[in-house]
Amino acid sequence: MKLTRIGAGLAAAIIGLAGMASAEEPEIKKLVIDGVEMTVAAPAPPYLENLDMIYSGWLFRSPETQALELDDFDNPGMVFVEQAQDMFSTPEGTAGKACADCHQLEDFKGLRTVLPRVEDDGKLWTMEDYINKCRTDRMGAKAWKYGGTELTSMVALIGLQSRGMPVNVKIDGPAKPYWEKGKEIFYTRVGQLDMACANCHEDNYGKMIRADRLSQGQINGFPTYRLKNGKLNSVHARFKGCMKNIRAQPYNVGGDEFKALELYIASRGNGLSVETPSVRN
Amino acid sequence: MKITGLTAVALVFGASVAMAEVVPPKEVKFTEDGAVETPVTTTPGNPANGRKVFAHRKKGNCLACHQNSDMKDLPFHGEIGPSLDGVGDRYSEAELRGIVVNAKKALNPDTIMPAFYKDWGFRRVLKKFQGKSILTAQEVEDVVAYLKTLKE
Ligand code: HEC
Ligand code: HEC
Repeated sequence: MKLTRIGAGLAAAIIGLAGMASAEEPEIKKLVIDGVEMTVAAPAPPYLENLDMIYSGWLFRSPETQALELDDFDNPGMVFVEQAQDMFSTPEGTAGKACADCHQLEDFKGLRTVLPRVEDDGKLWTMEDYINKCRTDRMGAKAWKYGGTELTSMVALIGLQSRGMPVNVKIDGPAKPYWEKGKEIFYTRVGQLDMACANCHEDNYGKMIRADRLSQGQINGFPTYRLKNGKLNSVHARFKGCMKNIRAQPYNVGGDEFKALELYIASRGNGLSVETPSVRN
Repeated sequence: MKITGLTAVALVFGASVAMAEVVPPKEVKFTEDGAVETPVTTTPGNPANGRKVFAHRKKGNCLACHQNSDMKDLPFHGEIGPSLDGVGDRYSEAELRGIVVNAKKALNPDTIMPAFYKDWGFRRVLKKFQGKSILTAQEVEDVVAYLKTLKE
């Protein structure tokens, strides 16, 4: 009897230990871009039950990769931002209008911090959705491909106007059902490897998985220039890549599931600075 | 005519002798502790091939999560799971087989370690992997044979 009870107790203790998050905290460094200091570490918002601190993915990269973000002249993502700047003032579509005919870039200051958000139509809108709405309805131009280079570059240009401001998406009110859906996706194991986003980005951040150091999978730096593919990468493209790596059928880029997941993950970064465009490997 | 018939019989017989008997993933029997006593194929495991499967990114990719001093020649050992140095001393062959077949039964129901010999019960599996296990029966036995060589 006694032996069995001790045995059971021990087994429970071991399972308890193994189930505990064993993530490793990163070394905190200062990230100052163009004289503005970024918040790369912040207390976790209260709705994140399993985290004490939230960290920008920048902290988990090698010093060489980190250095590329310190100065816009070294940041390879800025080439795409400059291309977007040209597109911003180039008329396109049947209305013969350019973005610049209706907007000044400075007007977009702060917009990145609150997206995605629920609009009057009850739907969850991403930055991509707003841009494409202008193109189709106001310019008479074709929608850009979701996740494609043109749209992602424009998302980066507009996001850059909020650089240094804290992410601050809404999760309550009409956003709540979308947030819940995103949360469910984050914690659901999928694919032949049977893993959830949380297994890597919550339970094991800070540790090496083969050649990569796992981050918290934050999206405050998106779109991200990746050294691996030499281009700007959208949030949804990254989600897709991670799902394929665990041999799961990804949701559609630009689809409802990834938008909900984007809102949820953005909310996990509420308090971190917008770092757009970031550089990762 | 007669000779042809005999040859055919001999060929069929010969082939069935050489063919390994495989336990399909759904039929693997676990002990109460999650060990698997019966090999999942009758062809004995080949540790040299098991070493390759261990490192191969599209097979075991065990190195993604585990350190292994026997593979000092290869870069990038992961830190997600424990080091596997001396694992051949710590576990019996049946336990090692259970861990590789399905670590959720053998170690911890919540482990991040994938089940390498399970081909059903997953969500949203990419088409080309549907109905398949990560490793074949032979690869499981090869990896188990390799793990047995990891002694302190
Ligand atoms: C098997 C482990 C694993 C799983 C599971 C996983 N990822 Fe990742 N993810 C990585 C690795 C490795 C990287 C690159 C290093 C890093 O930034 O963490 C990465 C990067 C990311 C990034 C980029 C972070 C940055 O700072 O640029 C995001 C966002 C992300 N993942 C989201 C997700 C989401 C959403 C899911 C679930 C659908 C998911 N990941 C599942 C391993 C994983
Ligand atoms: C995605 C990560 C991951 C992969 C891939 C992985 N493992 Fe593991 N493994 C773990 C973790 C984590 C543990 C610790 C058990 C737990 O989670 O409680 C573990 C435990 C083990 C143990 C027990 C070690 C001990 O000392 O108790 C063995 C043996 C093992 N793994 C072998 C393998 C082999 C062989 C492969 C490849 C065929 C493999 N692992 C692939 C994560 C992984």
